[in-house]
Amino acid sequence: MPKDGGIGTSPKRREDVRFLSGTGRYTDDINLHGQAYAVFVRSDVAHGRLNGIDTEAAADMPGVIRIFTARDFEGCGGVPCGWQITSRDGNVMQEPKHPILAEGKVRHVGDPIAVVVAETLAQARDAAEAVMPDIEDLPAIVDMKAALADDAPKVHDELSSNLCYDWGFVEENREAVDRAIKEAAHVTTLELVNNRMIANPMEPRVAVGDYAAHSDESTLYTTSQNPHVIRLLMGAFVLNIPEHKLRVVAPDVGGGFGTKIFHYAEEAFCTFAAKQLRRPVKWTSTRSEAFMSDAHGRDHVTKIELALDEDNNFTALRTDTHANMGAYLSTFAPSVPTWLHGTLMAGNYKTPLVYVNVKAVFTNTVPVDAYRGAGRPEATYQLERIVDKAARELGVDPIALRRQNFITEFPYQTPVAVQYDTGDYHATMDKLLDIADHAGFEARAEESRKKGKLRGFGISHYIEACGIAPSNLVGQLGARAGLYESATVRVNATGSISVMTGSHSHGQGHETTFAQVIAEMIGIDADQVDIVHGDTARTPMGMGTYGSRSIAVGGSAMVRAAEKVINKAKKIAAHLMEASEGDIELKDGQFTVAGTDKSVAWGDVTLAAYVPHNYPLEEIEPGLEETAFYDPANFTYPSGGYGCEVEVDSETGLVEVVGFAAADDFGNVINPMIVEGQVHGGLAQGIGQALWENCAYDADGQLLSASYMDYAMPRSTDLPMFKVDHSCVTPCTHNPLGVKGCGEAGAIGSPPAVVNAVLDALNRGGIAVDHIDMPLSPARVWAAMQGAGANLGAAQPAARSEDTAGGRSVGTP
Amino acid sequence: MYDFDFERPTTIQDAVEALKAEEAIAFSGGQTLMPTMKQRLAMPSKVVSLTAIDEMKGVRLDGTSLWIGGATTHATVKRELAESYPAMSSLAGRIGDPSVRSRGTIGGSVANNDPSACYPAGTLASKGVIVTDRREIPADEFFQGMFMTALEEGEIVTAVKMQVPERAHYAKFIQPASRFPLTAVYVAKFDDGVRVAVTGASEMGVFRWTEAEEALSSGFDAGAIDGLATPDGADMISDLHGSGDYRAHLVKVMTKRAVAAA
Repeated sequence: MPKDGGIGTSPKRREDVRFLSGTGRYTDDINLHGQAYAVFVRSDVAHGRLNGIDTEAAADMPGVIRIFTARDFEGCGGVPCGWQITSRDGNVMQEPKHPILAEGKVRHVGDPIAVVVAETLAQARDAAEAVMPDIEDLPAIVDMKAALADDAPKVHDELSSNLCYDWGFVEENREAVDRAIKEAAHVTTLELVNNRMIANPMEPRVAVGDYAAHSDESTLYTTSQNPHVIRLLMGAFVLNIPEHKLRVVAPDVGGGFGTKIFHYAEEAFCTFAAKQLRRPVKWTSTRSEAFMSDAHGRDHVTKIELALDEDNNFTALRTDTHANMGAYLSTFAPSVPTWLHGTLMAGNYKTPLVYVNVKAVFTNTVPVDAYRGAGRPEATYQLERIVDKAARELGVDPIALRRQNFITEFPYQTPVAVQYDTGDYHATMDKLLDIADHAGFEARAEESRKKGKLRGFGISHYIEACGIAPSNLVGQLGARAGLYESATVRVNATGSISVMTGSHSHGQGHETTFAQVIAEMIGIDADQVDIVHGDTARTPMGMGTYGSRSIAVGGSAMVRAAEKVINKAKKIAAHLMEASEGDIELKDGQFTVAGTDKSVAWGDVTLAAYVPHNYPLEEIEPGLEETAFYDPANFTYPSGGYGCEVEVDSETGLVEVVGFAAADDFGNVINPMIVEGQVHGGLAQGIGQALWENCAYDADGQLLSASYMDYAMPRSTDLPMFKVDHSCVTPCTHNPLGVKGCGEAGAIGSPPAVVNAVLDALNRGGIAVDHIDMPLSPARVWAAMQGAGANLGAAQPAARSEDTAGGRSVGTP
Repeated sequence: MYDFDFERPTTIQDAVEALKAEEAIAFSGGQTLMPTMKQRLAMPSKVVSLTAIDEMKGVRLDGTSLWIGGATTHATVKRELAESYPAMSSLAGRIGDPSVRSRGTIGGSVANNDPSACYPAGTLASKGVIVTDRREIPADEFFQGMFMTALEEGEIVTAVKMQVPERAHYAKFIQPASRFPLTAVYVAKFDDGVRVAVTGASEMGVFRWTEAEEALSSGFDAGAIDGLATPDGADMISDLHGSGDYRAHLVKVMTKRAVAAA
């Protein structure tokens, strides 16, 4: 009989009731008594010397309370970076100061210069326009390779160059890899760009700072994926507020996608200003501000070489990547192109030798950091493109070439540090080909030909490392934080339960799935379980949600805490039934004594815990509340096969995705419906990156794609009905639920499938094209069909700013 | 948005009077003006809404002569012309999204003359005449370049007149972000010749591709376009979404498609 609740069932998302009925409580819904409004004055040039700021006229305008500049932050720290990378030469990365407000120089369009705090938002905006920064333009550094030239102007004058670090991995393998490539029967080479993305969560960032003079406590309400991390970074490194005097609340958050992990200057500003002014201070990002102040994602330029022997076995892989850091180091920026990218370069393949070189570069652009997948999409894109290119060069089937090189025995120690605990790549490949009806492709291609369209099928088989991760390992790798997770399971006297989790839900549905797990463990209805998150005053120290880690790490912490609760409850039950603790069983909310008909209900035991009249007080304490911190033994390794089918209009270059299938191995699944939804969202973003989305700067560092008029978001009508399967299950071997995580897979696995499909379509149509850089816009596909080269070597397409202004940008009169 | 005065007159005459104020601006559907004002890129002292003027609303057909009130929304045009002029109905029905189509108006569109707007192409191809509070201006003289028209200060587009052709089609290729035309072509076949109007492509805004018109006037067949030289890409808009050469190529492709579908 199918279960009607608990693990493996698909109850509807309980949080959606408030989200869909307009009763959610987002940060912008928080309005405090006496609240003032902050508006940031931002740089409109990419690089310039800030010779002064004239605030006189603005200060006299109606409603202005105070205007802040860098001078007000003397004695405060800069925005800290949470990860340190060591270069090949043994030196640690160059780490420039990231001031709250610009000091001496502005370094990207959108760099905050000053803040006006006024009685109303309109007054703050008016006065912000009257603040006159005196900026002397400097040449902008945009192109990463040009940035590394000896005579390049420097983003940070105090650094030796624009090179943040030069990382080699695994350095000991370097010579062996070089040798293997030299001796290979065949070497496939590809240069590619992983295009810069803007996350664009539906809810823009918001911060409300508050200060209570009576207790000397500061509170920050913010749109964050990890309030404890913000409290630690902001309190300890920026504002010098001890943690016990600082509360950070991240209430309902309308999408994060990574960009709300990081600590931002606006958060520190509002907290600081509230204390200075003794009144709450609120900042709400406009959408235009979001484009130029939210951390961007991706932006790698890579040369990759794959060596094969005469039997087409992969023998070595070498990559050379330039990773754009932007103007400052965002919180986890240095880790993305290194440990979240280099460690995945083995992919699903038993390539024995891998060497990854990454040069991280400062440019006059918005800081770049983790975006859904973070490093792993970049690794997957390179691998799944080069394997396809190798298959084409060698005249072999790309699926067969993958299968031949698949890892089949687990655990598998990769040559890039990580050890895969489990997986079955042939199973997901088989499942993919089945659900994608690969066998019927030729017939469909013929139908397309009759319509005058070119049809192609592209495949990608990804692996990712989720559930980030063992603290001792990430510490060795340069993380300045632990990456455990926490949970408190508080059982109330009447048996209902509040779970305080360190994980944070900003769309993932934790309030539903986490409750399902507890309901399953105890045998009570899920509606008896409340999931509390997003408030440092209510939850134990937690590291938050990113890297598909919530259920794998946060869920595991909750399971551990619940196990402690159950163990204690069994002691109480044993006492109540005068039985031996070892004989007590808990099932369907009833404690029973094995081999007898004795039973006592969950609610009776919980009541006894809080009304301990008949209670083993000499052995255990009253109450029923336990906390656990879970630090995983390893990453988890979801994997899967993705297949994309496209039709290309050969006259216009327009690509239509006509089919997309995803066969994932996520290990055990708590709520299949939510998992499917996570995959859908990831696919939309991955297909979006492949075909439409592109953050582009011109040579002067002006952001060309600064609004939805020029930044193309995917829409539901652009996408086919996805075929999603997660029936291939190899449970994670090292966490209690056997789960792996599913949040990022769609965005990781899909871009190469799309690009491979388009190239397949063109080549089947007799148009020999090796590569097209993302996004595969109609213009780029058409240009490639006319023989234009891919946009090799440049992070951004060379477009003139005056060309893109025009009437298509909102606001041009 | 900066502060402004707001007036909503009910007659054309009152609207003209209201627009005499310094820095006053006419507001029809607001689909360009509103975002511009929200971004503080426009600072009108007074916004004069044309949305309450009944004499500027509606669609009237007399034989092949069509009159569309300037304040008529895209949604209304789509609905009203579904039978009598399906090509124009289809153009209106593909502008923006339902919310844009329920607010945006034909008068606002032609008066703004965005180089990537749809109506300028449809109007130009349909032998359009722009009716204002003071005169009638043939579309060929009205559209004068990117965001430039023959309108004088304070002059209101009260209606757009067109001729319904024998056959017509609007072939639109969208820019992926804005969904405005990257290049779109409106082809209209009349008994005395063919008109081909192109939007989205040229640095000069909407234009008539006369070579195609000549070729099609002697034989209304998509094949007639094959022999034509592609328009010069140097005159075309070049931006993030496509080069001038690409747009020039699309002019040809979309013209052929419009003819084939007409």
